[in-house]
Amino acid sequence: MSMQAKQTEQSFDLALFTRKYGILMILVFMIVFLLIASPTFRTLQNTINVLNQISINGIIAIGMTFIIISGGIDLSIGSMIAVASVVTGAVLAANPGNVVFAVVLAAVACGLIGLFNGYIISKFDMFPFVVTLGTQLIFRGAAYVISDGKSYVLTSNAFKEIGQGKLLGAIPYSIIVLISIAFIGFVLLSRTKYGQYVYAIGGNLHTAVASGVNVFKIKLLTYMMMGIFTGIAGVILTSRVNAGQPSIGVGYELDAIAAVVIGGSSLNGGIGTIPGTVIGILMIGVINNGMNLMGVSSFYQQIVKGFIILGAVILDIMISRRKSK
Amino acid sequence: MSNLESAFLLEMMGITKQFPGTLALDDVQLQVRCGEVHALMGENGAGKSTLMKIAAGQLKADRGEVLFDGKPVCFENPAEAIDAGVSMIYQELNPILHMTIAENIFLNREPTRFRGLLVDRKKMNQEAAAILKKYGMNISPQVKMIELTIAQMQMVEIIKAVTFNAKIVIMDEPTSSLDADETENLFRTIAELKERGISIIYISHRMEEIARICDRVTVFRDGRYIGTREISEINRPALIKMMVGRELSDVFDKVPVRQGEVVLKVEGLTRNGVFQEISFEVRAGEILGFAGLVGAGRSEIMKSIFGLDPYDSGEIIWCGKPLTIRSTAEAIDHGIAMVTEDRKKYGLVLCRSLYENIGLPNLKKQQRRLFINHKANNAKISEYAKKLSVKASSLSVEAVSLSGGNQQKVILAKWMMASPKLMILDEPTRGIDIGAKHEIYKLMCQFAAEGMAIIMISSEMEEVIGMSDRILVVHEGRLNGQFHRSEICEGINLQEMILNKALGGDK
Repeated sequence: MSMQAKQTEQSFDLALFTRKYGILMILVFMIVFLLIASPTFRTLQNTINVLNQISINGIIAIGMTFIIISGGIDLSIGSMIAVASVVTGAVLAANPGNVVFAVVLAAVACGLIGLFNGYIISKFDMFPFVVTLGTQLIFRGAAYVISDGKSYVLTSNAFKEIGQGKLLGAIPYSIIVLISIAFIGFVLLSRTKYGQYVYAIGGNLHTAVASGVNVFKIKLLTYMMMGIFTGIAGVILTSRVNAGQPSIGVGYELDAIAAVVIGGSSLNGGIGTIPGTVIGILMIGVINNGMNLMGVSSFYQQIVKGFIILGAVILDIMISRRKSK
Repeated sequence: MSNLESAFLLEMMGITKQFPGTLALDDVQLQVRCGEVHALMGENGAGKSTLMKIAAGQLKADRGEVLFDGKPVCFENPAEAIDAGVSMIYQELNPILHMTIAENIFLNREPTRFRGLLVDRKKMNQEAAAILKKYGMNISPQVKMIELTIAQMQMVEIIKAVTFNAKIVIMDEPTSSLDADETENLFRTIAELKERGISIIYISHRMEEIARICDRVTVFRDGRYIGTREISEINRPALIKMMVGRELSDVFDKVPVRQGEVVLKVEGLTRNGVFQEISFEVRAGEILGFAGLVGAGRSEIMKSIFGLDPYDSGEIIWCGKPLTIRSTAEAIDHGIAMVTEDRKKYGLVLCRSLYENIGLPNLKKQQRRLFINHKANNAKISEYAKKLSVKASSLSVEAVSLSGGNQQKVILAKWMMASPKLMILDEPTRGIDIGAKHEIYKLMCQFAAEGMAIIMISSEMEEVIGMSDRILVVHEGRLNGQFHRSEICEGINLQEMILNKALGGDK
C-alpha cells in the first residue's frame, strides 16, 4: 500500500511539473533550437534587441496580468497609449525642457483613465469587456481632441533618451523599466494582501465579498495600476517614434492579453502568475525574433503567433480537464 | 449462473479506477435488478459518484466489466450511455436556463419539418405538454427553465430521461434541495417509474428516504465494496456501521455549556418583503437553532446581520451597543462570522489553495500593513487546519479537490481563525457524509464551550433538536414560536410541534 501511495505521488508530481513548467519548457526548446540554427541569435546584441522589442508589450502585460487574474479585461490599452502620447507631445511642444513633467503627467492621466474604467466596472457591476470596449472609443476620441488630430513632432533629446537611450551605452533603459515593473508586479501579486485579494476576487467574487474583502477598492486599484503601467509604456513608445500621435497604439491590448494567456493565466480569473506572464512575453519576443532571423515573412509570423496562442489555451484546458477527472 | 445473470439489468464487476494521488475505486461491484430502487450509500469520497460516472459513460474504468442487459458494454461518452438506456440526473442540475421546458426535453431530438431543416415548434410543444401532464406537472412547456424551482427542473430532467427510453435512472442526491412536498412528489414519480419496470440507483445520505423507497442498498467505504443488503433486513445502526466502519453511539454529542452575556440582540429587524419584525438574542456559549421551511427567510435574516444583504429597519445590538452593519468587512471586524449555505458560491475560492482560502478573511489582522508574512501566516493556518482535522495531502492543494465534508471544515477553519464572538452556520451539514457530520457537531460543541455564540440554521429537524439550546421557528419571514432545551429533553414530540409552527400553525 505504501509502495502504491509513493508511486501515485510521483506521477502526480510529474503532472504538476508539466502544468507549471510546460510553457517554460517550450520556450527553452525554442531558444535551444535557435541557438543551434541561427548564428545571429547567439549574440549578446540580439538578446538585448529581443528584450528591447518586448519591453513595451511586457510592461502592459504585467498590468494586464492583474486585470485578468481579477476576472477582468481591459480593451482600452491602445487608446490609453494614445492619450499618453499626445499628453507628452503637448507638454513637450509647449516647452521641450519639461521632460519630467510630461512623463509624470502622462502616467497620471492614464492612471486616472484606469481609475475611471475601474469605477464604472465595479460601481455598476458591469462586464469589463463591455465597459472598456466603450471607454476605448472615449479615450481615443479624447486623444484626437487634445492634439486636434495632429501629431506633435518632438525635438527634445532628453526625451528621446527614454525610449532609445542605453545605460552605459549598452542596456536600453526600457529593459530596465520592464524588469523593475515585472519585479514590482511579482512582489505585489505574491507577497502582499492586495495580491491575495486580486486572486480571491477573480477566483470567486461572492466568496471574496463574504470574506470581507473590499472588492470595490481592489478593482479600482487594479485598473488604476493598469493605467499607470500603460502610461509608462506609452511614454516609451512615444519616445521611440519621436512623435506624440493620437493614432498610436492600436491593438496593443491584444498583444498583452496574448502574453498573459500564453503565460498560463485563466481568462476566467483566479489563476496566473507574473513569472508565467514574463515567460509569455519572452515567448512572443523569441518567436518574432527567431522568425525574422530565419527569414519568415511577417504575414506568416502572424499565423504562427495565432496558433501558439491557441495551443496555449488548448494546453490549459487539457490540463484542467485532467485535473477535474 | 446464467439464470441469475439475466435477473440483473446492470452489473458492474471488479471495477477499479485510479486518479492521480488516490485509488478512487478498488475492485468494487454493483448489481441492479430490473425495476428495483437500489440505494448506493457511503461517506463522501467513498467512490459512489465515480462509479456512477463510469456507469453513465462520463469516465472509463481502468479495470473491470460492465454488463448491461446481460451484454458487456463500454460507454465511450454519456450520449452512448443514454442511447443504451442509462440516464443520470445530476446533483447539480445543468439545464439550459434560457431555453424553454420543451426545448430542454427535446434537446437534440427536436421534431422537424422540411427534412430536418426547421424545428417543428408546434409539434414539440404539444408533445412536451402531453408528457408534462402525464407526470402531473401543471405547467406550460413554453416556460423558460430559469423560471422553474429546482424541484421542477429536476422533474423535467427525470421526465426527459424516462421519455427517451431510459431503463435505468441514476439520481445523485435528488432531494438535497427539495422541501418536504417536493420530496413526496419525487417519491411518487419514483414509484411510478418502478412500476413501469425502470430501475433506479438512488444516492443519498438520508436514512429515512432510503428506508422508505429503496429495495436494496449497496455500501461503499474508501473506494471499496462493503456489501449489499435487502432494506427490509437491515436496521439503521447496522447500516451506519457498514458506512463508517464503526458504531456511532450518539450522533449528537451535545455538551451542556454555561451561558454567558448576551452577544447579539436583534430588535424588530425588517427587510421589506423578505422578513418582518425579527427580534431575538443569543448568548455566549449558546447554540441557537433556526428551524423552518426552505424559503421561510432564515438565511436572509442572517445575511442581513452579516452585512451581505441590506435591511430596512430595526436595530442590531452588539455586546450591549447599537451597531449598524453596512458590509461584511464591518461584521467581520466586530467578530461575526457566517458559514453560508452555498459553500461553493460564498464559502470557497475553488481554484486557489487551502492556505489562501483559510487566510482570506484573516489577512487584515496581520501586523504588517501591506506585505504578507507567508511563513508565519501559513504556520498559523496549518494550526487551524489541524485543529479542525482538515484531511488533505497538503494545504497547497486547490479547494476544488476536497470532498464536501472537508471543504466545510476548511470554511470552519477560516472562520475559527478569525476568532469570532458569533458564528452563524447556515445548513452546516448539508450534503456531508455522516462521519464528517459527527465531527462538525463535535466542533460546534467545542466552539460553544470556548464561549462562542452560535446560530445554526438547519432544515434537518433531528439536527436542530439534537444540537440547539433554544430553537426559533421562522414562518414566512416572521418568528413563530420558540422551544427550549428543557422541552427538548422532556421527550415530547418536538419534531411535530416545530413542523406545525414552521407551517404557520397556532398563529
